[in-house]
Amino acid sequence: MIRTSTSPEAPATGAWEELVTTALLGTDRRTPPGGTPGRTAPVALLDAAAVQTVRRRAGLRPAPAARRPEPAPEDPRPPLPAAAARRLAMLLADRPGTAAGRRGTAPDLMELLPQWLAAANAHGYAPPPEALPALLDAARARTDLRPAALGFGGPRALWLAGLNPDWRFALRAAPGAGAARSGSGDADRVRKLWEEGLFAERVALLASIRAHSPAAARELLAGSWPTERAEDRLMFVDSLRTGLGPDDEEFLEQALSDRSRNVRSTAAELLSALPGSALAARMAARARSCVAVDHTRGTPTLVVEAPHECDSAMERDGIAPKAPAGRGERSWWLGQLVEAAPLGTWPGRLGGRTPREIVALPVADGWQGELHAAWCRAAVRQRDAQWARALLGPPAAPDAGGPGAVSLAERAKLLGTLDAAERADWVAGFIAAHGLPEAFQLLGVCAVPWAAPLGRAVVDALNIARDAGSYPWSFSGVMGLAERCLDPAEASRLDGLLAVPDEAEDASPGAGGYWAEAFQRLVTTLRLRSAMAGELEAARTG
Amino acid sequence: MTQQGVRWSADQVLALAPDAASRKAGSKLGAAGPWSEAGCSDEGAVWGLCKGSGSRPYQTVVDVAGGAGPAYKCSCPSRKFPCKHALGLLLLWASDDGAVPSGQAPDWAEQWTAARGERTGRKRSTAGPASGAADPRAALRRAERRAERITAGVTELEQRLADLLRGGLAPAEQAGYGLWEETAARMVDAQAPGLAGRVRELGAVPSSGPGWPVRLLEECALLHLLGQGWLRRERLPEGMSATVRSRVGLPVSADGPPVRDRWLVLAQYDTADAKLTTRRIWLHGADSGRTALLLSYGAAGRAPELALPVGLALEAEVSSYPGAGQPRVALGERFAPPAPVRIRPRGVTTAQAAARYGAALRDDPWLESVPVTLREVVPVPDGESWQLADAASDSALPVTRVARTHPGLWRLVALSGGAPVTVFGECGHRGFTPLTAWSRNEEEMVTLC
Repeated sequence: MIRTSTSPEAPATGAWEELVTTALLGTDRRTPPGGTPGRTAPVALLDAAAVQTVRRRAGLRPAPAARRPEPAPEDPRPPLPAAAARRLAMLLADRPGTAAGRRGTAPDLMELLPQWLAAANAHGYAPPPEALPALLDAARARTDLRPAALGFGGPRALWLAGLNPDWRFALRAAPGAGAARSGSGDADRVRKLWEEGLFAERVALLASIRAHSPAAARELLAGSWPTERAEDRLMFVDSLRTGLGPDDEEFLEQALSDRSRNVRSTAAELLSALPGSALAARMAARARSCVAVDHTRGTPTLVVEAPHECDSAMERDGIAPKAPAGRGERSWWLGQLVEAAPLGTWPGRLGGRTPREIVALPVADGWQGELHAAWCRAAVRQRDAQWARALLGPPAAPDAGGPGAVSLAERAKLLGTLDAAERADWVAGFIAAHGLPEAFQLLGVCAVPWAAPLGRAVVDALNIARDAGSYPWSFSGVMGLAERCLDPAEASRLDGLLAVPDEAEDASPGAGGYWAEAFQRLVTTLRLRSAMAGELEAARTG
Repeated sequence: MTQQGVRWSADQVLALAPDAASRKAGSKLGAAGPWSEAGCSDEGAVWGLCKGSGSRPYQTVVDVAGGAGPAYKCSCPSRKFPCKHALGLLLLWASDDGAVPSGQAPDWAEQWTAARGERTGRKRSTAGPASGAADPRAALRRAERRAERITAGVTELEQRLADLLRGGLAPAEQAGYGLWEETAARMVDAQAPGLAGRVRELGAVPSSGPGWPVRLLEECALLHLLGQGWLRRERLPEGMSATVRSRVGLPVSADGPPVRDRWLVLAQYDTADAKLTTRRIWLHGADSGRTALLLSYGAAGRAPELALPVGLALEAEVSSYPGAGQPRVALGERFAPPAPVRIRPRGVTTAQAAARYGAALRDDPWLESVPVTLREVVPVPDGESWQLADAASDSALPVTRVARTHPGLWRLVALSGGAPVTVFGECGHRGFTPLTAWSRNEEEMVTLC
């Protein structure tokens, strides 16, 4: 609506401009053109302006079209089932920051969004296009949501983000993904992005290629390696962690002589996670010389002789020579050697014992903490379930909840090397023996939804905590986890906990009511999750 | 028809919320957890008990098929209307997961719906033409007195406009709102609220950015035209005379013959100023093909009471307000609860849309915009702004400034993805305001307002 009508345009426009000029200056200073007998100058001006205004508006025509945007790429995924699309709209409508205070019995929808996105992505659905702005806004506000939100958003979300500066983050997060999606035939674009892209774009590109084709990523990296800046090299070498394999050894061996110490130590760390590598063999030889079984005592005992120096060969293999403040140099070196040595070294070295037997051996001279901690790190790095199991010990052991030789943080990492069912069983056993206060960190590494025995252990423990007369917010962390992780099929088990119990004399005032409310919220959330899952399943059956 | 076929979407329910906080609170209650004994009837009542923080659950009933939009009743103390419980209950009902089964209403719900039915029935029977006409002669005298006051107001306004043009518009940039506020107050005294509103808007023009003198002259000229129209109203054709009376602000009632149709609710949106929230609801007659406007008002900060489910059609009668080309109607009797229809308004090109606005000015030169459905248009970025461009030609309508800053525009862009879509909105001299869009298959209706 920019142009007025064509043929009478020139005179009309001229007359209008004359009117505007006169109106700005005032009829006292400038006489309006024309003029009607019997009308004063200002009224005549208003008369003429009224005619012109209506005439201009009535004659409006469309403007010439600007350059059209490239259409969004096709999204081949099937559309979301209608009920799931409604659910998504509700989850996205629940923006944080509008309400505060006690949560009552209502579920926290925003906390369910990550789970919903993961499930929708697992089903491979395409989002309803009109939901994309809200989805991008949510991802903008919460960085933890971005990978899943952008994955779900798909090509149209990136297309849309290209038109709105508020959503620029989406382009930064996913340019590599875009390049990788467009197919391997697009090698030129990859090469160009690798050579000219911003650092973040290059990291993302490398990561996405590494995920599909580890060798191609390594070759891309090797091509420009000598010219990269030290801090960039560190990020790039770290990207090899994904899909690490024996083929990477040669490249990593070369990186051991890198100018940057951080690059060297990262390369060494990665090599030590390859038990067949030359570096692992060198570390094994060094570590073997430090630990032995002493049979001269009453029971066989491990004795430790820590290294006396850190020579240049050790340093080249990634051993940091300088200990942090407050730590002895020799124990510092020992810890690093044992951590980097293949765990397969030890049974042969220590009299053919199994990992469990080795861990059970007493350790002389207070070296147990240092040695076991190093073995824990090695088990995590080498993803060795047998050693992890030995180091974790039985969940009900009195020192499993601390202060034993292995800390809770280390136990959580060790659990990560076990398969989901074994992990859940171990944590269930731990909760049964030690209760909830120490279990939070361990629950965080368990697969969602929780396996039945684990879920039951958590609910039982919450029930016990309630009977013990504490307040539910002492367990809000576990409660929040339970809302997101408990299997929705367990909801009916909780029915007995929803009632407000009679207040016992020694109980905390009002605690019963708050517990009932917390359990109601738990049940509501579980029901909601079950409905969410059902809605996403709908199209499969229909 | 059972209620199963006419459940609303979550969007439609959330559109009833009076504010963002209610929307959020309502969303949280839209799950089975806090609800018990929920159910719905074939007559359009939905009820349930909601566990709150107190010992007694709140009793919530909604009449979805109510005479003038849904009606709500809740035993909670909230002053929001509808309250979060009513919204939550409707969301639960909308989510269609068996949580709100069909059934017999419990006593407490039944009592309210029955009482409501009686009330609306009684209202209908007394709302005949005889009402309010207790003393026609007194009414006529009142009307004459009011017309005299308006005439005096118009004369004063004309004088002020003439003074303004005599001294020139240039100083108006510094004059600020004061001058216009005072004049607007005089128009309120003269019982011409329509004039008062236009005068108040004049005050905002000088600070509205580049090109303000042109806009100020246009608005002054149209105000002058309206004043002149009032002074000569006896000599105008009947339709134009009615338009002038209603633009000046005389109360009018919808006296057109009732038109029964299936009315598709195209769009519903609110605008608010310090004193009043105005709700505009656009309807499209499935059989008549007519586009009609329902207006509903609420005191500041309150949602207007009338709310209709966008995307569904209700079978109802509407009556036109007087005035030629006037789209405004009043909602009369409703015959069936809202239900989905496949009917979509016929779309036009951008050139036809502009022509339609031009033609409508013949009947109402003060018209800001007309309702239009654009067929096969693509949202196109144009510098800081956006356009809707015809897929098949080189012409485009600019998106209005108001719509440019609204999140709905991005929903439209996302829906289109660079491909043509059908868009309903308001088209006028400021450009096009998109309100509703359909994707290419025209199956899903997406609200943009």
